[in-house]
Amino acid sequence: MNAGDTAWVLASAALVMLMTPGLAFFYGGMVRSKSVLNMLMLNFIALAVVSVLWALYGYSLSFSNDAFSGLVGNLDFATLKNTMGHLVGAASPDGKTPWPGPDAIPALSFVMFQLMFAVITPALISGAIADRAKFWSWTLFMALWVTIVYFPVAHWVFNFNGYTGADNKGGWIANTLGAEDFAGGTAVHINAGAAGLALAIVLGRRVGWRKDPMRPHNVPFVLLGASLLWFGWYGFNAGSALSAGDLAATAFTNTTVATAAAVLGWLIIEQIRDGKPTTVGAASGAVAGLVAITPACGFVNPLGALAIGVLAGALCALAVGLKYKLGFDDSLDVVGVHLVGGLVGTLLIGFFGTSSANPGIAKDGFFFGGGFSLLTKQAIAAFAVMGYSFIGALVIGFLIKVTIGFRAARDVEVAGIDEAEHAESAYEFGGFSGGSVRGTGGKAVDGAGSAAVLEGSKA
Amino acid sequence: MKLVTAIVKPFVLDDVKSALEQLGVLGMTVSEVQGYGRQKGHTEVYRGAEYAVDFVPKLRVEVVTDDLNADKVVDAVVGAARTGKIGDGKVWVTPVDTVVRVRTGERGADAL
Repeated sequence: MNAGDTAWVLASAALVMLMTPGLAFFYGGMVRSKSVLNMLMLNFIALAVVSVLWALYGYSLSFSNDAFSGLVGNLDFATLKNTMGHLVGAASPDGKTPWPGPDAIPALSFVMFQLMFAVITPALISGAIADRAKFWSWTLFMALWVTIVYFPVAHWVFNFNGYTGADNKGGWIANTLGAEDFAGGTAVHINAGAAGLALAIVLGRRVGWRKDPMRPHNVPFVLLGASLLWFGWYGFNAGSALSAGDLAATAFTNTTVATAAAVLGWLIIEQIRDGKPTTVGAASGAVAGLVAITPACGFVNPLGALAIGVLAGALCALAVGLKYKLGFDDSLDVVGVHLVGGLVGTLLIGFFGTSSANPGIAKDGFFFGGGFSLLTKQAIAAFAVMGYSFIGALVIGFLIKVTIGFRAARDVEVAGIDEAEHAESAYEFGGFSGGSVRGTGGKAVDGAGSAAVLEGSKA
Repeated sequence: MKLVTAIVKPFVLDDVKSALEQLGVLGMTVSEVQGYGRQKGHTEVYRGAEYAVDFVPKLRVEVVTDDLNADKVVDAVVGAARTGKIGDGKVWVTPVDTVVRVRTGERGADAL
């Protein structure tokens, strides 16, 4: 077992965990004040639900030995059996060190690291249905979607032959097709983006969309959330090296350069188009850059990362306006940022991928003399995940809609979903709402208390 | 008695307040309000979507005064609130039937 690698993977798991609350604030700031709690809860509940499912069977479906044609794992690791006290790792490429190889880490550190990916992916989808989703319907959707879509897709993309066991077979994209996805451009971002589009269609547009102003209620939250995402993303990307070495440092550097370039790309488009660089734009540009560099961060050099970042920032800034033309209310631009950004990063590996950054890359990209063969593989992987996730989310969402209902009633949505779904309101500014406390079992107490008599009060 | 109501730009409040203090006005009520006149609103942009924000933040300053001083109060507010640019606001005067000081029960001009 490699103690340094273990420490890095455990620390990275904790970093990625922070991304989900970070995302909650990024999204929460963008909705109206009457539905911010619902938005936070749609995200936070992912930590609860997916963690339980992951321990029961999710990790097994994703990472145990292949059950069927590289599509899904079997139940060898269900309830996390065969993981405690076991290692994961890869035999050294030269064959001198057999599995689990020199970078072996405890299986459970890998279980926890990968869990955090499974948590944030469905949370990303929630931005498409802000302000109008019933909480328990969403929770059920999430449980079904991770089971039917995410766990298999993680198997396709992240389960490499001979990693969780010497003879274990993994998924088809990673092993048979040989497309490259370092940290989840397909499995996380294209996956979530396509599902977001499906749900935006299933739930329909918000009341007053394109007519009423739906201004972000707390722009500082948006920037704070994006900053937490950026911070956590170092675990996501550099942690995906699963080893504390060169490759992790490369991924860390590329993540930084691409994100910085994407902020500039987005702001330049805004300055030209709208005449002002906005705070929401800077936050969105950072997230777009992080999304795009996710699949590529372990396969490109810093100059490639810069190009991917600036392109992702600019393209996503243009893409977020498309929903108004196409007529679907993807409220917080899950499609414009995650689907578009994920596609940009996944496909651009086909151009910028280089064995100088990672000798393990399947093939050099177009700009490094490898022709279009890597790009073809990347496109197949991207569109396979996009199609599967879109159809899966559309069917699950539609079934929930016609059975228990997915969308809050119109009057609830107009009044604010927080009160109807959660019996809370986000902000209390010391105003007077009247009323009294019920259900605490106590008698009414004089506001001034029995001992102290305040100056000026009627003693 | 008269109620002088002024809608002014938020940043002139200190000037209005000290002008009224110099006149000997002993109290006022200030509230944050939103609205528009000829100035109209402004435009905000979020992710490329433009929102026309019609209502502009203003302050409403209310002073109850006796009939003789009403014009002086109006002149003081107008003088302090004027910047000469569009959106400086409005001041109007309405008659008041009676005023009662809650603490003492005094009525009319004595309650001012």
